[in-house]
Order: sequence, then structure tokens, then C-alpha cells
Amino acid sequence: MSAPRVAGAGPVPVELLPGPPADWHPGPGEPRRPAAPAPGMAPRWAYLVQRLVRPNWLNRRAGALVERWPAARRLFTRAERASKEGLFGCRMCGQCALPVTGYSCPMGCPKELRNGPCGGVGAGGACEVYPDRRCVWVAGYERAAGMGRAGDLRRLQRPVDHRRFGESSWLNYWAGRDDHLWTADDGLASPPAMGQVP
Amino acid sequence: MSEPAGPARPASLRERLASGAFTVTSELSPVRGASADALRERARLLAGWVDGVNLTDNQGAHVRMASWASALAAREAGLEPIMQMTCRDRNRIALQSDLLGAASVGLTNLVFMTGDYPKFGDHPGAKPVFDLDSVTMLWTARTMRDEGRLLSGNELKPPPSALFLGAVENPFAPPQEFRAARAAKKVAAGAQFLQTQYVFDIPVFERWVSALRAEGLTERCSILAGVGVIRSVRALDFMASGKVPGVVIPDAVQRRLRAVPADQAGEEGHRLAAEVIARVKEVPGVAGVHLLTAGYEKRVPELLDLAGVSHGRGPRPAITHARKSTNAH
Repeated sequence: MSAPRVAGAGPVPVELLPGPPADWHPGPGEPRRPAAPAPGMAPRWAYLVQRLVRPNWLNRRAGALVERWPAARRLFTRAERASKEGLFGCRMCGQCALPVTGYSCPMGCPKELRNGPCGGVGAGGACEVYPDRRCVWVAGYERAAGMGRAGDLRRLQRPVDHRRFGESSWLNYWAGRDDHLWTADDGLASPPAMGQVP
Repeated sequence: MSEPAGPARPASLRERLASGAFTVTSELSPVRGASADALRERARLLAGWVDGVNLTDNQGAHVRMASWASALAAREAGLEPIMQMTCRDRNRIALQSDLLGAASVGLTNLVFMTGDYPKFGDHPGAKPVFDLDSVTMLWTARTMRDEGRLLSGNELKPPPSALFLGAVENPFAPPQEFRAARAAKKVAAGAQFLQTQYVFDIPVFERWVSALRAEGLTERCSILAGVGVIRSVRALDFMASGKVPGVVIPDAVQRRLRAVPADQAGEEGHRLAAEVIARVKEVPGVAGVHLLTAGYEKRVPELLDLAGVSHGRGPRPAITHARKSTNAH
């Protein structure tokens, strides 16, 4: 191991590790991508939208209606992808965690961590794997804490169901197919059930 | 702790932590090769001095002998093995399967972590898995033990009922305000002991532990503070370069090690590590230390002596007599 040079004492620099070229893009079927860019929607608005997309009577009915026609479902899914990809770097996991992550997409983490940041976050909050990007969980924590929602991040997230990739998470949400995604609280009072992940 | 009559048996890691006695675990890196002889040799230097050794799982994403095989070798050398499992290289099927295999041969001390990204290892083009993360893996292991079921819900006959579950945390990485909460998630998921990243910044560490204490979590989960020895200016340069994931060396530490002549930096690093051990020992809620001193096995006894925590520890006679040793605690 050759030791890189560090000039004297002082703040530990977050040096740029050899990352992917700027125009790097995954090939077809490539499961990993560089860490997501910063979320493009201010937390205030994101939490407002959260209230609009709740599984209320209207949304549940609309969802059920859309699901009746494959073409409508495809169109709806495409619209969801278009809006969320631009705003949150959405990866279309089909089981959206944004409501409890300060609207910073955890699937943008190179390790796809849904339970908080790894131990390798750089001193300045840089992603360990792509140091030119900010850690999605540092951003998520700041956004959630700023809105008094830091407690959301303490919920335990269950493992991702890889069959749902590419599906509309709103339709899954309204149909109640992702009710089990995370625990109701921090799980400390009584051991939370993992539940069956078939 | 009450010991049965007759030759005293060294307390197991779980028993020692339960007794409240100051506990020392250490990291032991598996070898790159098809023989565990070198590992056994290093392990023997630690026998009697530490209460458990972590066998790392392809540390830093570098291929090494499997942690289960290395754990068996460490056990032969008279140490209590703690097998590390990362989520980097195996999906939920392989992780559960390996856990059952480990439990079947009595490797029941497990530490789970997400794992370093392959990019940092010797096979940077490897496909990363990360199907589960450290929290869901802990949760899965607890479910297997306590509910006797796999993630699928399928029943285990018999379940791995003796598992002792560990986790890791880095109190120093951003967002620091969330680090105690992240440790709390691991406790909720099933962690019974927790080993930290290198502690050099004592005030930040103290704040982190006191946040856990405030929630009563140090009673539910034993905290072992990570302690490393900076052995040279070159090592300091490397650790402070930001190229070691999650390691932060405070300015004061850097100044102290650079203030002495370069050939004495290693001794200063040794003294610093002993001071860190002595200081974290006084932090309420700390159960012990976890030595991140791979390759430093020879000087571990000296280090523990200097730190004032070597009482009752000492070399243990050969493997066959390991169980008869009376000086394990």
C-alpha cells in the first residue's frame, strides 16, 4: 500500500477517489448507478405533495381504475417515472421510501441502503463511493430534520422486493401492496416483526 | 460471575459482557492463501489476552480466506471467534444459508455490516450485491433465532438458537446527529453488542454513547469502542488521507504524532492508543474495547498493560489446555 501524501495537519481532505468518468452511464440492465443528484424538490413542497398522494378514497379509486387497463397502467407508470426521475433521481423500485427519508431517494445510494447512511460517509458529507456526490442520507437527514421529521428515519425498513422494480409505486401504495415497507415506529419498545417476505 | 467448581473455564464473550467485566475484542484478518497456519500463529499471540476475535469478511473488499474457515482456525488456536458477515457479496439466500452453516459448527458470535464497496478492493469490477443491509441482516438473524423462521417464513428445524448478534457503527461520520439513532435501529433489529470505528475523537464518542445511554440502549447492547494504533507517520498519512472509508483523525492527534521524531511516531501511537483505552474505559455505558490492530498482535499484551486493563489476562497454555486455564479473567 503506498501512502498518499497529506500536507501537514489541518482538516482531513475529502480527496476525489478515482470515480467514473463524468459521462458515465450504466449499460442496459446495469443495476448500480452513481449516487443520485440532490433532490430537486424543496422539502416543504415534497411534504405537501405527500398529503395529496395519500391513499384516500379518491386516490384508491383512481388507482383501481388505472389498473384495469394495461395501457393506462403503462401510461401512468411512465408519468410517475418522468416526474420522479427528474426530481428525485427515482430508480423505479416500485416501493417508494421517499415519504420517510426526507424525500431523498435511498435507491440513489450506491449500496441502495434504505436504513440510513453507511459508515463511510466522508467528513464533508460526501458519498464514499462517488465523492463528488453528496451522501443521499446526509441530504435526507437534513431535509427531514428541517421539517421536524427526523424521527421518520428511525423506522426500520424491510428488505426490498426485487420483483417490483419498474412498477408504479403510487399504484402499489394506493392498492395497499406496500403497507409492510417500514415499521410504525423505531421498533425499540417491542421487537418488530420482520413479517414474511415471500 | 459464579464459576463452577474445578478448573475455571474462561468466560464466553457473552458471559463476560453480561458480567459487566471490561471486555477486549480484537480484529484478526484472514490470510490471502489456502492455509490458515499464519492466522493460527497470530491468533496464538492473542490467546488469553482478548475475549474474542473478529474474523473479517473479505475486508476492504479484498479477497481473503472465508471468515467461517478462519473462525474455526482461530478457535483451534484458543480464541473465541466472532465471525463477520457483510452484505456485499451474498444475497439473502446465501446469507441465511451461511448463517445456518456457521451456527451448525458452533460459530454463533456474528457481526453484521453492510460492507465496503467493491470499488475499493482488489476486484473493483465485481458486481456488488447489497440485497440486504446491516439492519435487515441483523433483523433476519434475530428472526431466524427467535421465531425459528427464514425471511420466507419457512420454518427452521432446528433454529440457530445460540446466536449472539453484533453490529458496527461509526459515531464520527456525518450526519453525526443521526449516528446514535442508527445504532438504535441496529439494537431494535437485534444487535446485542456493537463495535465502533476507530475512536480518536473522545468528546464526539462520549456524546454518541451518552445519547445511547439516554435511551437505555447501553443496557440492551454492549458498546465496544474501536481502538487502533497508528504505527508510523506513513500510516498516519494514509489514515488521514480520507482514503480509508469512515476514518477521521482529529487535528490534535495528527499534531501530536507529527511533533515527535518520525522514528518515534510508532511509540507515540502506541501510547496514544493506550490512553484512548484508559479514557473510554471511564465513559459510562462502555463495556470494553475492540482492537483494530491487525498485524500488531505481538504488542497487544503490552498495549493492554500500559492501558491498565491487563489484570487477569495472560498467555494461555497450548490449545489442548486452553479450557483449563485459570487466568482468563
